[in-house]
Amino acid sequence: MRNVWIICRKELGSYFASPVAYILLIMFGLIFGFFFWNALESFVFEGIQSQMSGRSFPMNLNEWIIRPLLSNVSVIGLFFIPMITMRLFAEEKRTGTIELLATSPVRDIEIILGKWLASVILYACLLLFTALNFAFLFKYGNPDWKPLLVGYLGLLLQAGALLAIGTFISTLTKNQIIAGAVTFGVCLLLWVLGWVSGYETATWARVLAYMSVITHFESFGKGVLDSKDAVFYVAVTFLGLFFTARSMESLRWRS
Amino acid sequence: MRSSSLTTKLMITVKRLTKRYAKTTAVDEISFDVAKGQIVGFLGPNGAGKTTTMRMLTCFLPPSSGTASVAGFDVLEQPLEVKRRIGYLPETPPIYPEMATSEYLQFVGKLKGLSGTDLAKRLDYVCERCAIAHVKTKLLGKLSKGYRQRVGLAQAIIHNPDVLILDEPTAGLDPKQINETRDLIKDLAGEHTIILSTHILPEVEQTCEQVIIINQGKLVATDSVRNLQARARGAESVLVEVAGRNGSLEPSTVQSKLERVAGVSRVLCKQKADARAVFEVESKKGSFVRGDVARAVVESGWDLNELRPAAMSLEEVFLQLTESETAGEPETPVEVHA
Repeated sequence: MRNVWIICRKELGSYFASPVAYILLIMFGLIFGFFFWNALESFVFEGIQSQMSGRSFPMNLNEWIIRPLLSNVSVIGLFFIPMITMRLFAEEKRTGTIELLATSPVRDIEIILGKWLASVILYACLLLFTALNFAFLFKYGNPDWKPLLVGYLGLLLQAGALLAIGTFISTLTKNQIIAGAVTFGVCLLLWVLGWVSGYETATWARVLAYMSVITHFESFGKGVLDSKDAVFYVAVTFLGLFFTARSMESLRWRS
Repeated sequence: MRSSSLTTKLMITVKRLTKRYAKTTAVDEISFDVAKGQIVGFLGPNGAGKTTTMRMLTCFLPPSSGTASVAGFDVLEQPLEVKRRIGYLPETPPIYPEMATSEYLQFVGKLKGLSGTDLAKRLDYVCERCAIAHVKTKLLGKLSKGYRQRVGLAQAIIHNPDVLILDEPTAGLDPKQINETRDLIKDLAGEHTIILSTHILPEVEQTCEQVIIINQGKLVATDSVRNLQARARGAESVLVEVAGRNGSLEPSTVQSKLERVAGVSRVLCKQKADARAVFEVESKKGSFVRGDVARAVVESGWDLNELRPAAMSLEEVFLQLTESETAGEPETPVEVHA
């Protein structure tokens, strides 16, 4: 456990010593800020419209702003995750520092967990930016905080799974760009897989839809903690980290 | 009793170690032992399998067959124990350019299991030892090659390992840095058992006590530096510069004259000028020909400008050993001293 933390600290150090972390934070903040502003404006617009029409229907911050924004974040995350994971192993392989890690008295799994944990923490920092925006809702409105918490939990679980996949892909190449591009492709595919369920109900379509990481977020977004979705994310995380371990092992046999 | 005293003395034991890839065999049944406290040169041309062997010793690569053990621990069965006792400097120092020197050494120290005051003490010690104390706060990416190499060495010794494995520690350094690095390595020899790989021969002559020569993955020779040099002197060769008195010289006549001297096995014309020529005269083993060569030159009416022994360096031994296919079996060396 100590070794996991040592590796994790080192990774976080490299994220924040280079501009990577700051650029990701700024870009994410900007994009999410726009989404937030957009949602807020349309909320206000709808509110005025409903009042002007005379039949004011109940408008709810959770329903109108938090839920759609959380699902937006889960999609925006797909674009940021490759940028977080692409360097994890590819960079160490390129510069040869992987030899230092692999010849130190630490287990492969400790190296992998340390790196993955660092990527999850960086993603959590991105989410923290969104929390700043939501804080305004709590200042001027009165939304329910419990669904928001469940939504964040879902986002973290989803990111954990995708980051594990990205970590695995990063062990396959020395080239960060390749690692990033492939991870991005996989993330995107895992999102759009769900679309087949819109027109097809055969078993294969249901299996594909089940594999979509975004569909599993829907219940979290509504503030419902569904164990079967949580299990899905945790299982994908395990799978990704397991493949990473196998890949590191094969690295030793091949290189 | 006897076996236990042997194991305490031997730091590294390698038996029929082999590494095969899909198409090639990088290391082919290499066996050798290294005693505690020795400094061993691992010598071979580029691509001979030096790095692969070192990577197997450091548990970075698993061997295809054969065994290797460090301080009594097998590399396959107890890799963590082996790694605790090894300090390894790969060919390019494994540094993170975005880290500062002390930050990096702290990270490596923690990774190797140090903490608290132990870590602080060792950090100060290695910084002083490798003369990097004044660049402690600098970013590694901004350091020169020589300093990076020193940080690499500091990183390798931070946990005070029994065995140091250095892969081409002087590659890419300038002559001054090379000397400094060699001195540092010699300095460290008292405390650690050292294996260093190189393709530069003077380095081995200067720093090592024992040499292991490999070529194309096979062990060619393992011996002490002194024995190898002695083996090289089995056949002596002399450089002779001859000049004609009347301004002209026919090299072929000189050559045939020299060839007729008793005990000479081969004469090579190395250099020709107008009235001068340099010959390399090789004598048969055990015969001393310099006097006869000098007399033959002078008696034929030529001037003897120069006569000196062609120093047979380890370089030539190395070439002899690695170039000929049948060089595996060393002959009994006959020492001839001038």
